[in-house]
Amino acid sequence: MSTHIGTKDQAARTVRVQRRPGRRTFRFRRWAGWLFALPALAFYGFFNLRAILQSVQYSFYEWNGIGASTFVGLQNYIDVFTQPELLRPLINAFYLILFFTVIPVLFGLVAAATMRTMEGRFTGALARTLLFLPQIIPGAAAAVAWSWMYSNNGVINQVLRAVGLDSLTRAWLGDFDYALSAVGFIGTWLSTGLCTLLLISGIGKIDTALYEAARLDGANAVQQFLNVTVPGLRRELGVCVTVTIISALASFDVVYLATQGGPGGTTMVPGVQVYLLAFNDARLGAACALAVVLAVLIVAIIVPLQRLFQERES
Amino acid sequence: MTVLNSPSARTASRPSATAPRTNRATASKLRGRLPGIMLIVAAAVFSIVPLISMLTAALAPQGSIPQGLSWPADPQWHNFIDAWNVANITVLLQSSILIVLGVVPISLLISTMAAYAIAVLRIPLGRIFFLLLLLTLTLPYEITIVPLYQQVRELGLLDSQLGLILPLIGLNMPFAVFWMNAHFVTTPAELSEASSIDGASAWKSFLHIHLPLAKPAISSLGLLMFLSTWNTFLLALVLINDPDKRTMAGALQAFQSKYSTDIVLLNAGALLLMAPTIIVFLLLQKQFSAALLQGAVKG
Repeated sequence: MSTHIGTKDQAARTVRVQRRPGRRTFRFRRWAGWLFALPALAFYGFFNLRAILQSVQYSFYEWNGIGASTFVGLQNYIDVFTQPELLRPLINAFYLILFFTVIPVLFGLVAAATMRTMEGRFTGALARTLLFLPQIIPGAAAAVAWSWMYSNNGVINQVLRAVGLDSLTRAWLGDFDYALSAVGFIGTWLSTGLCTLLLISGIGKIDTALYEAARLDGANAVQQFLNVTVPGLRRELGVCVTVTIISALASFDVVYLATQGGPGGTTMVPGVQVYLLAFNDARLGAACALAVVLAVLIVAIIVPLQRLFQERES
Repeated sequence: MTVLNSPSARTASRPSATAPRTNRATASKLRGRLPGIMLIVAAAVFSIVPLISMLTAALAPQGSIPQGLSWPADPQWHNFIDAWNVANITVLLQSSILIVLGVVPISLLISTMAAYAIAVLRIPLGRIFFLLLLLTLTLPYEITIVPLYQQVRELGLLDSQLGLILPLIGLNMPFAVFWMNAHFVTTPAELSEASSIDGASAWKSFLHIHLPLAKPAISSLGLLMFLSTWNTFLLALVLINDPDKRTMAGALQAFQSKYSTDIVLLNAGALLLMAPTIIVFLLLQKQFSAALLQGAVKG
C-alpha cells in the first residue's frame, strides 16, 4: 500500500512543480481542505482519542468514580501483574487464541487445500450462506445459543448420550475444568466460517502454474501445500490471524453472556474484568490499567504479525 | 467436530449418489472432491446446528423442558408472539433503527470527506492524522469505556440513544477513514487534477466526481457499519441503563437474565432479537459476502 501512495505522491509533486505561479493559492487550497476532515477529526478526537488518553491518565490514579482521586503511580500496573484476579484474565485471553485463531485457521487451511483440487465453484450458495451466518449474528446472541447447546439438556450432552458417553455429560459452562474451553469453542464457531471462506477465495487466486511447476519438480502433496499454498495465502492468513486474535484478546459479549467470567473466575477475560472493575467494584484506576495493558498487548502482537505476513509482497 | 461427522458424511454422499450418468471420469472427479465437500458440509452444519437447536427449543410447549435437538410433536409457533411481547421487540426495533440511522449516515459522510481530504486533496499533516487513526484502529473498545461513561455523563446524555450515537460515530472513524482512504488512493490522480484545472472547487469535485465513483466502497462500508452498530453490545451496556433504549444485542443481556430459567421463551426471544440482521443478510447476501470478505482483508 505504501509503495502505491509513494508513486502517487511523486506524481502530484511533479505536477505541483510545473504550476509554480499558482503555488500560493494552491497551498491555501490545501489548508482549506481541512474543512473536509474537521468533522471526522472532531468526533474522533472527542469521543475516541480523548477517551484513550484519559484511560491512560486514569490508570495512574486510584479513583472510585465519584470522590477524590489519588495519584498512585504505577501501583495499578503492579496490581495487574501481581493480583491473580487481574492477571488471570490476561492468561485466559491468550488461551482463547487457541480456539478463536488456531483451530479455525488450521481448519480453513485444510479445507482450502482440499478444495483446490476441485475445478469450478467450490460451494453451493447454501454452504456459503451457512458459513457466513455466525459472522452476522451478534456475539451476545451466539453466547445465548451456545449456553443452550451446553446446558444439561442441550445438544452437546444429547449427542454424548446418544453415542454412549454418558459419563462425559455435564453442564459445560459451569464446570471448573471445561468452562474456559467451552467458551473458547464458541469463538471457534464464530471464526471458522469466515476463515474458511477467506482462505478458499484466496487459494483460487494462486496461479495454477505454480502447482504444475512444483509437481514437475517432484514435490508431493505436502510439499506443495507448504511451498505453494501457504506462501500463496500469506495475505489471507494474515487477515484471519489478525482479526481473530483481536477478537480473542478483546472478547466481551460472548463471555459476558455465557458465563460472566464464572465459575470461580475460571473464564474471566480482560474485557469482562474491566467492565466489572469499573462498573461493579468502582475501581476505575485498576480498570483502566488493565484496559491499557490489554491494548498494549494487542498492538505488540498485531504489529509484528502484520510485518510477518506482508513481508514478501513488495 | 467428531460429533458432526455422521450427519456430514450422510449429506456429502448425496451428490455422488445423484451424479448424472455414472461416467467413470465424473465418478473419479467426485471421489477426489469428496474430502473437500465433506469438510465444507461439516463446517456448514456446524454453523447452523446451534440456531436449529434454538428453533426446536423455542417451539416446545412453554414450561416444558425441551431436549437439545428434537422437533416438537406440536410446534408452538405462538411462542414467538409471546416472546415478541415479553421481549418488547417493537420498542427495541425502533430503538435499534434509531441508533443505526443516527450513526451510519453521518459516519459515512464525514469519514468519506476526511479520506478525500487526506488522499485526494493531500491536506498538510493529513498523513499524520491518518497514522493516528491507523494507530488506534486495533485498540479494543475496553480502553475507551470508562472515560466515555464519564464524558457522556457530563454531557447529560447518559441513558439516551444520542449518548450512544455520538461516541459510536467517533469510534467508527479509524476503520471508516481507513476504508475510504483505501478506495481513494486507487482513483487516478488525473481525475482531481483535471477538475481543479477546470476551476471546479474542491467541494464540487468531491460531490460530482469522487462521490459517485466511491459509491461501491461507501455502500459496502455502510453494510459493515450497519452490522457493527446493530450488534453493539459493550457500549450499549455501559451507556444505557434502560434495556428498551439499547440496541437489540444490548437488550439481549437484560432479557437473558430475566428469563434464564424459561428455556422456551429465552430461545424464542433470542431468535427474534437476531432475526433482523439475518433477514437483512439473506436479502443482501451478495453485497454482504463481498463486504465481509473485503472488510476482513482491509481491516
